[in-house]
Amino acid sequence: MHLHALDTYLPGESPVHRLDPRVKLVLTVLFILTAALMPDRAWLAFGLLEGLVLAAVGLSRVGLGVVQKRSALALPFLLAALTVAFAQPGDIGHGQAVPLPGTPWAVSEAGLWRFLSIVARSYLSVQAAVLLAATTQFPDLLWGMRALKVPRILVAVGGFLYRYLFVLADEARRMMQAREARSAVPTGRRGGGTVLWRARVTGAMAGTLFLRAYERSERIWNAMVARGYDGEVRVLSAPALRPSDWRVGIVGGLVLILLLIATRTGL
Amino acid sequence: MLRSEILPSPTPMHIPDGFLSMGVIIVCWVLSIIAIGSALARTRKSLGERQVPVMGVLAAFIFAAQMLNFTIAGGTSGHFLGAALAAILLGPWAAMLTMTTVVALQALLFQDGGLLALGGNILNMAVIGPVVAYGFYRGVRTLLGSRRGSTLVAGFVAAWVSIVIAAVACAMELGFSGTSPIGIALPAMAGIHALIGIGEGLITVGALALVTATRPDLVEVERAPVPAGMRWVWGGLAIALVLALFSPLASPHPDGLERVAEDLGFIERAQEPLYQVIPDYVFPGISNEALATIAAGIVGTLIVYGIAVGLAALLRRRERAAA
Repeated sequence: MHLHALDTYLPGESPVHRLDPRVKLVLTVLFILTAALMPDRAWLAFGLLEGLVLAAVGLSRVGLGVVQKRSALALPFLLAALTVAFAQPGDIGHGQAVPLPGTPWAVSEAGLWRFLSIVARSYLSVQAAVLLAATTQFPDLLWGMRALKVPRILVAVGGFLYRYLFVLADEARRMMQAREARSAVPTGRRGGGTVLWRARVTGAMAGTLFLRAYERSERIWNAMVARGYDGEVRVLSAPALRPSDWRVGIVGGLVLILLLIATRTGL
Repeated sequence: MLRSEILPSPTPMHIPDGFLSMGVIIVCWVLSIIAIGSALARTRKSLGERQVPVMGVLAAFIFAAQMLNFTIAGGTSGHFLGAALAAILLGPWAAMLTMTTVVALQALLFQDGGLLALGGNILNMAVIGPVVAYGFYRGVRTLLGSRRGSTLVAGFVAAWVSIVIAAVACAMELGFSGTSPIGIALPAMAGIHALIGIGEGLITVGALALVTATRPDLVEVERAPVPAGMRWVWGGLAIALVLALFSPLASPHPDGLERVAEDLGFIERAQEPLYQVIPDYVFPGISNEALATIAAGIVGTLIVYGIAVGLAALLRRRERAAA
């Protein structure tokens, strides 16, 4: 079985898929920036941003369920923020401690609002990022980044990473399969030696994988040199933005900036 | 279903968007960009035209190696982050770039970590991780001499320290952002990753043992000149100490929880169970709380270094006895 099944791109025909990757990247980052700059408890603004993201998801026809399911994967980290509900050094004057019935703990009101605001910002951001990855092929994302002046070498290394990720992930999978095949577990008994021994086996697998990857990279480099590679990464120049891309980019950017200004100035 | 195999972060360290304040984001990005910029210049010199294919494929290796796992007990399994192994095998600069592309791709493709928060994630896992790992690796190696056993001890220490220090940096970023009170986040993150770091250390040692046995020419340390190596030793130790030094400043109050509890008058009620879970993290005998926390951090870092040196000396004596 090949691991390219894990590519996050969902092929489709929609205005969102067709939108220029540069515009998509800029709008996604701007969206996340807007969410990050919103003050705590800006529920109306959070709601409007959610509306925007849902509208984009609807337009893209990738399916609301898929986006929500992928976004939920980011939720476990919220545990790290939950602690703030119990303690909020600022804002103490306005906050009120609410004892939790049946436990010795208390929740500060200000802390609870802060926690919920973090949840909202985080979930908004991850939905936008999921949509970007689901509607843009990674190579398009790469040239979009290059056009947006991300260092060329970094983008080129990213391109190689993406190209060989699936090859090496397949290799890692085969290794684990081989380990499974050689590790019989007698019924009713514990299989596989001590934790130390198991860790050493896994380490040796990582070492083998490294050697294979390194030797592969040497072969690849030789093949590239044989085809005239001289260390310079040459790419076709990016196509000009279409008028429709400009329109979407400008309107989307303005909406986000106005929403931010309106919320921050208390309109 | 296939996606889920590669997706879960090996360590709970990828900060999503929404968790960091704008100030922290900007500082993290600036530091990361400076580090990446120097790494780009350095690797262009050392790797030349091989830079792109070698680092690209090895970044894919790190990604794939993070899939490898081993059962510890009761359904939990040890995973692998790879920053230390990359730093030891490729040198710190190339390791920074490979880890940067890995962390960036995890954010862009799999939403493992946020896009704005990427600056912080790069700083923790792709800059601080490899630098600290390389520094401790070189340090222990210098103390031990270049025997095969010393490579393995140094590899374990480097892997463990890099994981814990990256976690401390992550906790501090959350603390400075007002997302997680430092008094909770720091001990929790450091504690969890002190355990995760053991798995990382064991896998790193296993990988190093295999590589030194089959392709000893690839283990980077033999190639780097000694004076440059010492700079990394001090650099790694300095980062570890600076993080220990600044950790109590990450919150306006040394312990936000305690302060709130006092202000709200429920300290008696809240104190008992919470304070058994969360150690006070201060040094006895020093009355100033911030100073005491700093002292605790420094002493902790030095203890780790001391244990490494002790192990090293022990190993040397044993090898001498065997010879």
